[in-house]
Amino acid sequence: MTGRLIPREAGIHPPLFTPTYKTSVLRSPERALISFDSSPSEETGPTFGHMKLGALDNDLLLNYARPGTSAIGERIIVHGRLLDENNRPIPNALIEIWQANAGGRYRHKKDGYLAALDPDFGGCGRTITGEDGSYAFRTVKPGAYPWPNGPNEWRPAHIHFSIFGHSFGQRLISQMYFEGDPLIARCPIAQTIPDKAALDRLVAALDMGETKPMDAIAYRFDIVLRGHRQTHFENRPEGL
Amino acid sequence: MVQKFDKPILTPSQTAGPYVHIGLAPEACGIEDVPFETLGREIAGPEAKGDRIKITCRVVDGGDLPLRDCLVETWQADAAGIYPGQEGADPAVSGFGRMPADFTTGEIIFETIKPGAIALSGDRKTPPHISFWIFARGINHGLHTRMYFPEDDLSGDPLLARIEHRDRIATMVAEATGPGEYRFDIRLQGAGETVFFDI
Repeated sequence: MTGRLIPREAGIHPPLFTPTYKTSVLRSPERALISFDSSPSEETGPTFGHMKLGALDNDLLLNYARPGTSAIGERIIVHGRLLDENNRPIPNALIEIWQANAGGRYRHKKDGYLAALDPDFGGCGRTITGEDGSYAFRTVKPGAYPWPNGPNEWRPAHIHFSIFGHSFGQRLISQMYFEGDPLIARCPIAQTIPDKAALDRLVAALDMGETKPMDAIAYRFDIVLRGHRQTHFENRPEGL
Repeated sequence: MVQKFDKPILTPSQTAGPYVHIGLAPEACGIEDVPFETLGREIAGPEAKGDRIKITCRVVDGGDLPLRDCLVETWQADAAGIYPGQEGADPAVSGFGRMPADFTTGEIIFETIKPGAIALSGDRKTPPHISFWIFARGINHGLHTRMYFPEDDLSGDPLLARIEHRDRIATMVAEATGPGEYRFDIRLQGAGETVFFDI
């Protein structure tokens, strides 16, 4: 599980300077990142497998709702597996999510969008992956919302994901989109990812097999973090 | 034709956006009745061995404005240079910090212990350092840097030896502002831009 991390493949993550996403212009380094083989500082990381989670931590329909009620909106299940690049499941890993409500409004003091808050929806959840890397959340499908970038810019429906593997060098924050959303192709944030095939991997597929009849529509979203290199002929020549 | 690799491909990164607090620091954004406790608040518990330190940070953009909507995560070893999870690690050290910037000043404060030097293979050691990971609206992929300490000899660090422009190393060294107190400003762009890594 530990050992040298596989270097990040070029062209998958978005570049840092992406002028069509205007906030990146002053928040992106101009100097090249310094590349190096991983060391213990990146090959270790915080682990959360021992954490006691509340029964509703992964159920956003209920975890902020008043007793006897649930959040308003299209009821969905988001599930999938957390894997590494070597196709191994990553068990006991923490996944945290946050999202807007069904109207596209965030429960955040800096969000002034005119869509209403839902008194029964907080918008955050977390879970720990199972032995096979599996995870699941129940929530509402978030709404699209406008944001001040261009004069008429709308974010596609999305759920934010924060993912820990077992080492700090695997740390990832990303967003999940929904199959069939026409706003994905128009979104300056989604389009920071230069490779169409890479962006497609952020789009969760409708999963009728896991859909619960008369209850909730399922979407499947698998997540892949960096893997560790196998140790054939490892000699660590630079003393790391 | 050749054999095809049948391996999954990395999930790409996206910005954490301005509402990252909802998921990762809910009490900071005005959510009452937070359904669960916030992570990363105690890096080193009261029983932890080592010298207590306080680090005050800011993340500054290319227009010299401190980011007031970013989050910073830190990862560090215990006072003996052993990372949590490794054999012999100090059980009172979680090693993991997570703090949002103050919405008015952009200041971020970490209270922890000073980590020890990290053993590498052979007799070599990396001088004490704390790994930083910065994410915010406008940052498409979390930025990784390290904070070193001004009182330490940094000459033996193989990672720092890689940096061709030697004057840039100072961007990763905190400033001592008092006994056990440090200031560490991270500059995203322009003059004095902090060194960021792809490791």
